[in-house]
Amino acid sequence: MMIRGIVRISIYVAILSAILILLQELLGTDPKALIQTTLLAMTPLALAAAGEALNQRAGMVNIGIEGIFAISAIAGVYMAEVLGNGYLGLLFGGLVGALIGFIMAVVSIYGKADQIIMGMGLNIAAMGITPFLLRAIWGFPGLHLPPKEVLIQRLDIYGFQISIVTIAAIVIAIALHIILHKTYLGLWIKAAGEAPEALDAAGHNVNMIRMITPTIGGFLAGLGGAFMPLDFFGSITKEFTAGRGFIALACVISSNLEPMGSLGFALIFGLADALAPVIAITPGVKESVPYQFILALPYIVTLAVVAIAVKGRKLPRALGIPYSRE
Amino acid sequence: MAETLSYSMPLALTGLTFAIGIRTGLFNIGSEGQVYMGALAAVAIGSASLSYAGHAHIALTLIGSALIGMLWALIPALLKVYRGVHEVLSTIMLNWTAYYITMYISSQVLVDPARPEKTLSVLESSRFSTIVPGTTLTGGIFISIATALAYYFLISRSVLGYEISLLGSGIDVARYAGVNVRKIMIYSFLLGGIASGIAGGLLVIARPPTYAIYGTLGNIWGYGFEGIGVALIGRNNPIGIILASILYGGIKNGGRFMEYYAGIDSDLVKAINGLIVISLSMPELFRILGRLVRR
Repeated sequence: MMIRGIVRISIYVAILSAILILLQELLGTDPKALIQTTLLAMTPLALAAAGEALNQRAGMVNIGIEGIFAISAIAGVYMAEVLGNGYLGLLFGGLVGALIGFIMAVVSIYGKADQIIMGMGLNIAAMGITPFLLRAIWGFPGLHLPPKEVLIQRLDIYGFQISIVTIAAIVIAIALHIILHKTYLGLWIKAAGEAPEALDAAGHNVNMIRMITPTIGGFLAGLGGAFMPLDFFGSITKEFTAGRGFIALACVISSNLEPMGSLGFALIFGLADALAPVIAITPGVKESVPYQFILALPYIVTLAVVAIAVKGRKLPRALGIPYSRE
Repeated sequence: MAETLSYSMPLALTGLTFAIGIRTGLFNIGSEGQVYMGALAAVAIGSASLSYAGHAHIALTLIGSALIGMLWALIPALLKVYRGVHEVLSTIMLNWTAYYITMYISSQVLVDPARPEKTLSVLESSRFSTIVPGTTLTGGIFISIATALAYYFLISRSVLGYEISLLGSGIDVARYAGVNVRKIMIYSFLLGGIASGIAGGLLVIARPPTYAIYGTLGNIWGYGFEGIGVALIGRNNPIGIILASILYGGIKNGGRFMEYYAGIDSDLVKAINGLIVISLSMPELFRILGRLVRR
């Protein structure tokens, strides 16, 4: 399994390098800058997708990642400014995400809520809460720039800048892969999704597992959300999430609920995200293709990739169904 | 009151889109993008000088909006049926694509040369006139109610409606009953697209004073997602949706006054909308509350 994962990732890397070389030949883009942006754009997707893959394995669906991104980003920036430390801001964003994930889990387990409707409700609520909090905290509804000191410093490896959170995201994806496939906890998680009654009969608490995974998933999504203003953009705007929560879901679904696989898809969607502004300023394209169409590119790429990758995927049997002893 | 009804006019239609999806067992949240496309079609057709069309201009505009809404809904339908792409994902991606397409066309192609912040206004011949002077309530409300009633009869009285409910009660049930699952799924998306397309059209041709789309899409934004709440409150029944849309129209209208008089951010209305959706997602909530009250 591990070896197959490594082989698959090497194939992705080979394809991506081919695309990068092609781009350099065709457009004269600086590949280093492009890779740096791609990795930055990949990070929130990878974090949220790895957590959500684990979550869906346990039979829970959280389509409110978009909402968690938005709320935890504001919480993270606020705390970073109060404490004057970006890392604590990141951590706080993660904790807020974990809290939201935990509340959603409780509501869906004990309230027997339809998780898809609830997740969408969270997204809609976040659409109102984000501009409200922006105005309530910083007095300006559109945009807020956190001071330079609280932004996360990027590592510089021989001139190649990479964020420490990106490395953490890759490590977390690998760690979740190992947890899912090599440990008892992973076995229980998979059982909670495929055959909750069997897990219950074996003497384990299904609802406990189903509360742990959304909390982990929420924490990682919150981390990704706080990462965006504190590192990736360096600013927070009204609609900065721009469908990224759903693109993270696309990573999960296309990779067949594998944390490592979703890392690979996050890389592809990150590339599409990073490529859009590059294509927009390329001579020749700039004059002929409207800017707005290029901004729509990441969404079209996502839809196309999912349409190609998703055929024949098998989802856990008890996905989204609340478990109750009969 | 008239303003409230004016707000509720598009909400009833976007609510129908979501409701018919849920009745089929689909979580169709593509209404937002279909509204944009419908509004775009309304501006394109409504601002064209079709003088020979006379009073049929309104009808042509609405049919155009409905058609383009339907076409936009066809994409997730085909992706769902033939590739198994989950409709939440495809519709959200298409919402954003529609957002940027509408933004481009309304700021570059159909832009009003005199006022670059909005598109061309539709011509007199394709406008609904106001029925209560001094408000924004127009005859469009009748189109909205008529569509909801048509959907009510379609769902409760026709074969297609019965097959839709069968599919909603379980895909295996429907297969055993000999329902063509693919066909019904596509029909469900298309019916939803038509309702949202009309909603987009009405937002342009039945909402004074501009009768146009603003470049920021501010006047057509958000109705699709609010439709989810409307459909849930109306219990996915078209008659219930008409009533729920009036309630929602009241909340939206009240939000505006909250901002004027009390200085409360009208964005909170959206947050409340989300909280309503969350609370309605819990069928156990009423039982839990009932237990608490009895104690």
